[in-house]
Amino acid sequence: MNAVTPIVKIPHLTERGHVTQSRVVASEWTKFITLRSTLWSLGVGMFLTLAFPILFATVTGARWGQMSPHERADRNPLDIALAGVNVAQLAIAVLGVLVITGEYSTGMIRSTMLAVPKRLPVLWAKLGLYAVVSFVLTLPAVIIAFYASQAILDRHHILQISISSSGVFRSLLGGALYVTLVGVFAMAIGAIVRNTAGGIALFAGIFFVIPPLMNIFPTNWNNAISRWLPSEAGRQLFALTRDPNRYAQWPSGAIFLGYCVLAIAIAAVLMRRRDV
Amino acid sequence: MIEASNLTKDYGEKRAVDDVSFAVRPGIVTGFLGPNGSGKSTTMRLILGLDAPTQGDVTINGKHYRDHAAPLHEVGALLEARSIHTGRSASNHLLALAKTHGISRRRVDDLIDLVGLHEVGRKRAGKFSLGMGQRLGIAAALLGDPATIMLDEPVNGLDPEGVHWMRNLLRQLASEGRTVFVSSHLMSEMALTADHLIVIGRGRLIADTSIDDFVRKASGDRVRVRTPEATRLRELVLGQGVSVISSEPDVIEVEGVTSQRIGELAAEHRIVLHELTPLQASLEEAFMELTREDVEFKSVAA
Ligand SMILES: Nc1ncnc2c1ncn2[C@@H]1O[C@H](COP(=O)(O)OP(=O)(O)OP(=O)(O)O)[C@@H](O)[C@H]1O
Ligand SMILES: [Mg+2]
Repeated sequence: MNAVTPIVKIPHLTERGHVTQSRVVASEWTKFITLRSTLWSLGVGMFLTLAFPILFATVTGARWGQMSPHERADRNPLDIALAGVNVAQLAIAVLGVLVITGEYSTGMIRSTMLAVPKRLPVLWAKLGLYAVVSFVLTLPAVIIAFYASQAILDRHHILQISISSSGVFRSLLGGALYVTLVGVFAMAIGAIVRNTAGGIALFAGIFFVIPPLMNIFPTNWNNAISRWLPSEAGRQLFALTRDPNRYAQWPSGAIFLGYCVLAIAIAAVLMRRRDV
Repeated sequence: MIEASNLTKDYGEKRAVDDVSFAVRPGIVTGFLGPNGSGKSTTMRLILGLDAPTQGDVTINGKHYRDHAAPLHEVGALLEARSIHTGRSASNHLLALAKTHGISRRRVDDLIDLVGLHEVGRKRAGKFSLGMGQRLGIAAALLGDPATIMLDEPVNGLDPEGVHWMRNLLRQLASEGRTVFVSSHLMSEMALTADHLIVIGRGRLIADTSIDDFVRKASGDRVRVRTPEATRLRELVLGQGVSVISSEPDVIEVEGVTSQRIGELAAEHRIVLHELTPLQASLEEAFMELTREDVEFKSVAA
């Protein structure tokens, strides 16, 4: 051992800034892209958005000759183009929950809240970033899925539709918005529950358990209630044809957005109040 | 400067911190001592606004932690509980924290070097050993070049070289005029680094004192005297209203009077002394004595 006590040199910091919302966004962006799980989930989500329509288009084209007229009438080119949304929403929802609950399960949240003790800027940054990322990835993905599935169907000269024809682009846009809102909603649930398994279970309950449960009610009740459910209202965003038992595309979208705002409000109040 | 007044925290029925008031001053190392479960970590979380107090209040440099515009420049903290995402590399972890305050990437690299994690800076933190995680936590605490440093059991998991480094670091930080607040349940560790002690037991403040006073008070004024005329000296000091224990024929231990007074007394009466030693209870003993009533999780004597 050296007899001379070594001096620990702590380098001094010359520039000193304070916490701003845009800095918190920059920090959250760094966190977001430096986890492999994030990149994986997004990659899988986008892959599914593209792969399902391509698969459906291929199968439909191959089987078209053997299909009954009734079966053929059932095929809808937009349904095929948006077939990936139903699965991609799962990847986006799970990642949305995980972006928040991953911080709680690892304890990272404590570091985060020491750096940003006002806490809410972190929630806004996470939600904003995730919404932008989901939308910016999903919109091109559904448009590419549309053209790809159309190209495959075109080889069989079937189910052709133009992106400029009525309601087509609106549905594609609605599909991307739906996925985006699902991500935001899942994230808010993650912030409320603060536990990965619990968050995913709650999301699955709201989206996949409650809707079929409505069938226990008489039909007119079922319809009256279901149009108000977040999942049912949400999916009207990318329905090509108007379901008479649901509200129209944008009012339904507004209902789903309302649920998102409500969940975010609850998450914000709890995040501000609870001990970490 | 950290100022706590009547700080109280309940977790359900359990009162973890009970009406604690103290101040932690800049320029010295203040040790925060207490047995397991006495409320040290809870107090630190209250200071940092991670937990909200049930009653009372605590400020850092006059403000609640939450109200500082640049908290990382104000306070650097190492918590007891893990506070790092296991999937992220050490340098990306620090970079994410740095960005909240617009701190540069160079600063992050400097700190990775400072704490000796240069080799593993790009590795996932989940693969770190306890000591490496602790070093990363210390790097995070120093990131903002803070005026106040608060570390919860920082030597936990460090190797001897790391422990030594930590002591120097704490002394250095204090000598630069910073407020340094360090918890431990090891008195011996505190004795080597701290100037001042705040001791809690069962959530209550037991002592708020300089290290020197703490030891002096806890050991009482015990003095060992070796003299061929032990019996005579004994008679003399007993007249002064103190207690005397004889262990050997020519050795007595006197309690309640300073060694100086005994020396004077012996000189007055021309008694030859072979030894005159002020006795200090070891710090560990002093600490245990002080907190005996307040230890929650006592080991059962065999
Ligand atoms: N989040 C919590 N919920 C419930 N009880 C808690 C919580 N945090 C602490 N406690 C309780 O409060 C008391 C004080 O705990 P704390 O961790 O502050 O002690 P400590 O002095 O840091 O102990 P150690 O030396 O073991 O680290 C303990 O009895 C503990 O069980
Ligand atoms: Mg503790």
